Amino acid sequence: MQKKFYQPEAETMPVNEIKKLQEFKLIRQVRYVYENVEYYRNLMDEKGVKPEDITCLQDISKLPFLSKNDLREAYPYGMLATDLNNCVRIHSTSGTTGKRVVAFYTQNDVDMWEECCARAIVAAGGDAGDVVQVAYGYGLFTGGAGLHGGSHKVGCLTLPMSSGNTNRQIQFMMDLNATFLCCTPSYAAYIGESLKEKGYKPEDNKLKAGIFGAEPWTEEMRKDIEKSLGIKAYDIYGLTESSGPGVAFECCEQNGMHINEDHFYAEIIDPDTGEVLPEGSKGELVFTSLDKEAFPLIRYRTRDITVLSREKCSCGRTFIRMHKPMGRSDDMMIIRGVNVFPSQIEAVLLNNGYAPNYQILVDRVNNTDTFEIRVEMLPEDFSDTPKVITKKEKKLQAAMKEMLGINPVIRLAAPKSIARSEGKAVRVIDNRKKMGINT
Amino acid sequence: MAIKQLSIFVENREGTLVTVTDAIAKAGVDIRAMSVADTNDFGIFRLIVTDIAKAKQALDDANAFVSVTEVVGVAVQDEPGALAKVVKILADNNINIEYMYAFITVSKQFAYVVLRVEDNAAAEKILTEHGITLVTEEDMAKL
Repeated sequence: MQKKFYQPEAETMPVNEIKKLQEFKLIRQVRYVYENVEYYRNLMDEKGVKPEDITCLQDISKLPFLSKNDLREAYPYGMLATDLNNCVRIHSTSGTTGKRVVAFYTQNDVDMWEECCARAIVAAGGDAGDVVQVAYGYGLFTGGAGLHGGSHKVGCLTLPMSSGNTNRQIQFMMDLNATFLCCTPSYAAYIGESLKEKGYKPEDNKLKAGIFGAEPWTEEMRKDIEKSLGIKAYDIYGLTESSGPGVAFECCEQNGMHINEDHFYAEIIDPDTGEVLPEGSKGELVFTSLDKEAFPLIRYRTRDITVLSREKCSCGRTFIRMHKPMGRSDDMMIIRGVNVFPSQIEAVLLNNGYAPNYQILVDRVNNTDTFEIRVEMLPEDFSDTPKVITKKEKKLQAAMKEMLGINPVIRLAAPKSIARSEGKAVRVIDNRKKMGINT
Repeated sequence: MAIKQLSIFVENREGTLVTVTDAIAKAGVDIRAMSVADTNDFGIFRLIVTDIAKAKQALDDANAFVSVTEVVGVAVQDEPGALAKVVKILADNNINIEYMYAFITVSKQFAYVVLRVEDNAAAEKILTEHGITLVTEEDMAKL
């Protein structure tokens, strides 16, 4: 029988036992951090909280939050909780939203992280017989290392491709019969597009599933990737700050990601007041790592907006599920006073038959925000009369207006004219930032 | 009977037209007729060339966004009122002209015009019935 869980004892633990385990680990972790991380000790002292004030899970709300700013301030060693001699690895954030953050790992941290990724691979139907093509970037980025390690733990044959060189990706995928593809969703979409261009049909490859994460993507994009590669596409969630991908992963139900609750405690808070919200509320996701030794973060604000659900999952896992984040609050643009997420724009494009190849250009001219979306048109949409193309632009503009509440300028572009990404896609060019305008 | 036209999408950016014309030049293909339809953001560059297959290949290789459209080539007497006559025939028969442009080449007797209509075959039939000379691909190559 196909293996359904990588660590069934943890993944199917009764909820009350999970909570007991989390409580035990939280109390232990707070004491550990207070003793070893001066930066966080100072935050706790400022708030007047002592480790002994934390006696149950609910007490977590007494603890101070950590934000990305704290990590930047504490750069490079300020959050380190153990001697550097005990550390075996450093990873770093991509720096897409500002200065890089570095994270440290002991061997136990690496093992825990890789096990989380292994759980994701098994949950997506993987076992030792699979050939896992890891096309996430290797290096400081956690994507490559995480899935690579997870693939080893499951015993899969691992193809450490890293990102880029799409021709070689395709050659190895076909020649070496890759059954799993792990990369960013935008790169998966690009590989799908390239396969089609080379004349391959979705059934020509041996892929059965893909694990895609590290950037927000929509349900529509999932369908697109599943169709072009002939696979099931699974989401995976994580942050460098919390170890990397694998904090949460999708199971066969593809209905939200199970959070590895034996290692992470998740809360949803009101991003404005910091108040903890009841289960089922939409708000900012906050993580506490319960086991990490080198870089243990307590109440780390992810900026991701999501909803948690304890509803029973038919896959048998008892871990709480998080919805696909609706977008990082970091990704959110405020254009003419309206909140706009790139994921909304992507959803409209895919719903209207466009490929997810687009670029958002925001600028400020005469004190007014300009908002333009460049979209590649499909070869079959080309017409020798401009009015046909202009009409398509108007139609797409109306669909955008309906979703976003504001009117973007739509500019249809030639196919393949928008640069493809091999890692995280550069979707937004906001020139207002260059002018020092706080957006 | 219809002749083939290359329709090329060009964004309004510096150098895009250079890429296109350069590719055709390097392929050694001659341009017989052309027109540009433009909006603020993009233009559609339409060409009748001596060797369409070769030109299309060269444009594809240059990553230009190009498609082939069928149009009607008409030879009109090079004298006042000749074009008006052609246009009137089409109008009388409810055939709409979407766009129209002239060949660069003229012979002593004729001026050549490219017509884009919805139904090429219908336009060709009507014009032939009215004694208007149509231009074929072969005629064009000889021009």
